[in-house]
Amino acid sequence: MSTSNINWAAIDADPKFQELHRKKTFFLWGLMIFSIIYYFMLPIGAAYYQDLFKIKVWGVVNVGIVFALSEFVVAWTIAFMYSKKANAEFDAMTQEIINDATQKGTLK
Amino acid sequence: MSAMLTKLMLSAAGLSASGLAMAGTGAVADEFKWMTFSVFGVIIAITMAITFWAARTTHSTSEFYAAGRSVSGIQNGWAIAGDYLSAASFLGIAGLISLYGYDGFMYSVGWLVAYITVLLVIAEPCRNIGKYTMGDILAFRNDPKKTKTVAALSTITVSTFYLTAQMVGGGVLIKTLIGIDYEISVIGVGVLMLAYVVFGGMKATTWVQITKAVLLVIASLILVTLVWAPYGFSLPAYLQAVVGDEKVIAQVTKLLGDSAASMSKEELGQRFLEPGLFLKSPIDQISLGMALVLGTAGMPHILMRFFTVPTAQAARTSVIWAMAIIGGFYVLTLFLGTGAAMLVGSAKIAAVDAGGNMAGPLLAQYLGGGESSLMGNFMLAFVAAVAFATIVAVVAGLVLAAASAMAHDIYVGVIRGDNATPKEQVIAARISSVIVGVIAITVGILAKGQNVAHLVALAFAVAASSNLPAVFLTLYWKKCNTYGVITGMLVGSIAAIGLVMISPNMTYPKAVLASANKVLNGEPITPAKEAKPAVVASSFMCELFALEGCVKSAPAQAAAPEKPAKLAAAEKLAKYGEKAAGLEASLLTLTDEAALKTAKDDLAKAKKDIAATEKAKAKAEDDVKKFDGQTTSIMGLEKPYFLLKNPGLLSIPLGFLMVILFSLFTRDKRAEEMWDELYVRQNTGINAEAASAH
Repeated sequence: MSTSNINWAAIDADPKFQELHRKKTFFLWGLMIFSIIYYFMLPIGAAYYQDLFKIKVWGVVNVGIVFALSEFVVAWTIAFMYSKKANAEFDAMTQEIINDATQKGTLK
Repeated sequence: MSAMLTKLMLSAAGLSASGLAMAGTGAVADEFKWMTFSVFGVIIAITMAITFWAARTTHSTSEFYAAGRSVSGIQNGWAIAGDYLSAASFLGIAGLISLYGYDGFMYSVGWLVAYITVLLVIAEPCRNIGKYTMGDILAFRNDPKKTKTVAALSTITVSTFYLTAQMVGGGVLIKTLIGIDYEISVIGVGVLMLAYVVFGGMKATTWVQITKAVLLVIASLILVTLVWAPYGFSLPAYLQAVVGDEKVIAQVTKLLGDSAASMSKEELGQRFLEPGLFLKSPIDQISLGMALVLGTAGMPHILMRFFTVPTAQAARTSVIWAMAIIGGFYVLTLFLGTGAAMLVGSAKIAAVDAGGNMAGPLLAQYLGGGESSLMGNFMLAFVAAVAFATIVAVVAGLVLAAASAMAHDIYVGVIRGDNATPKEQVIAARISSVIVGVIAITVGILAKGQNVAHLVALAFAVAASSNLPAVFLTLYWKKCNTYGVITGMLVGSIAAIGLVMISPNMTYPKAVLASANKVLNGEPITPAKEAKPAVVASSFMCELFALEGCVKSAPAQAAAPEKPAKLAAAEKLAKYGEKAAGLEASLLTLTDEAALKTAKDDLAKAKKDIAATEKAKAKAEDDVKKFDGQTTSIMGLEKPYFLLKNPGLLSIPLGFLMVILFSLFTRDKRAEEMWDELYVRQNTGINAEAASAH
């Protein structure tokens, strides 16, 4: 793991990198916390709110089944949102940071 | 409650003791065995061709461990799905749904949600920082030799737990399906998997996993189409048919016992789609959920898959694809499970395998035209072959992960101080694979008939309590250092393993003997019970530990009438025998066709009762012989001290806490100095290991 010829601290201090870091942290933590809360609502609901889960909403399909299926949809939506954001925004910001560093000579 | 969870864990590992009882026979009838073997032969031939092709381009370490980092995002997504959808999810969850309805489906959700953690915090940084193993990631800023040693130990521990469960589960499964001897099945799986890994390395493993995932998806889609099409692909219409089915209603009635008496048929059917038929302990479930959601991201064989793609973007793509495939598959299991419950019937599924693992294969047989039809047996053979491919693919991934920890982290990293020629490294990797493979086969054979099911849950718990805190905090927390990582990993894994050792997962001879004696000696009259309100545990700690002076929580109980005494097994056998003899005699004298038919049916039922009682008696006698005179578990406990099946609820926070505390109170210059580099690199991918040219 050679670290010799790249000034990592300089890239770290780059305002663009700081902005990438801030944006990523906010976005990732938001999604992560939301998904964990949403997931644990399922076992908690199934254990303590059974009357709610038993309400039929579509023929014999009840709230419990709709909620369990919604877990899949939510997981896929989070994956989609993240990949869209990362592909469009984070990747472009990263490329810019690499380009800048190459120009300044910190990266060879 | 604990018996229920035992069943859950049993099916989670894709095995069940009842499979062992079916000596010499399998679900496939003898006259159709040739077909099963042909389908198996075709699948083995395909995987061997893959291995032959992969072996020609597997020379360097990067090729052996990471397929030359040339796997595309989409391919890796399929391979992750192939690596992850073990027999536990493929057969186990469909089985749980077929026996317990809603609770089985709910159980599948956590396995998908786990990938959100993988996607958001693990996949891309690992690709940018790592080389071949989890040890590489931790050694980036922490002391390389120390962290690589601990990381390798943890990797080998997790892989061995998971591997043992897979080998035993696989052996039982193949035996149940086609009747090949357990030992031969285990050796067969082991030898095949070793051929893939040793000759074809990661490339062969990847393509075997992709092949298996594609086969699995095709098989499931065909089955679900056949199940669902008659209802015009309408969800309510289909589920209406499920809840209206007599077999489903009978299963719910059986599960509910006393409380079913006051319910209408319609309510009983609907109950199949409501929670609570199977999972009774919410805290245990949350504990298991934590282990799943955080453990997947710490599973060494899953982490390793991210080193096979060329870039972090490809790692991202691969998780997205994996989530689509894995999630889609679990949605299909809802139909596979309920379909099997309605068409095959829970009673029949449980008769072949108590954990329900045969739900999928039996459904395939039914949909093809039934037990004696050619098409039915072809479908069964196909599904059995997919199950077989599943086992070898998962086992190959695990062996590769354990072997890389042994060869790359321990031998090359620690013993040789990173001074090994590329050729030596590849030889070390191949030798390690053989060692791990031989260990897997040996442990698999030694563990025959053992309850190894809790090892899957334990593997996830250790990964979540030891690997995840270390990797996560190394990647994201500036102050994290060597001492924190080492302490956290050791304490996390020891806590997880220790808690399981004193949990209800272990065998407690007193309880086993008590239930065996009930079977052998019969039970006295159970007096009528009055309705009892729910009891709340006296404190949260009492939910977790069997402490002095604790009031245990219990759900509300409906009033129950007096239950008659139960006969001892020997008396029962005499009674059934008498009944059967009487019926047989009456067959000769009866002339009325309807009466004859009833007598014949009754006789068949009596014979079935005799067989079941004999089986229960044999098992009870066996248990008495095995545990006679013992009063405590191997930990010296009469009953579990830790009350949860899964230790995650305590061991995961403990793992995190230890990394944090020991990092805060120690200083490690290298960890601080390397932070800038690690953080920039994990975010930008600068200097990441490049794909090898081919």
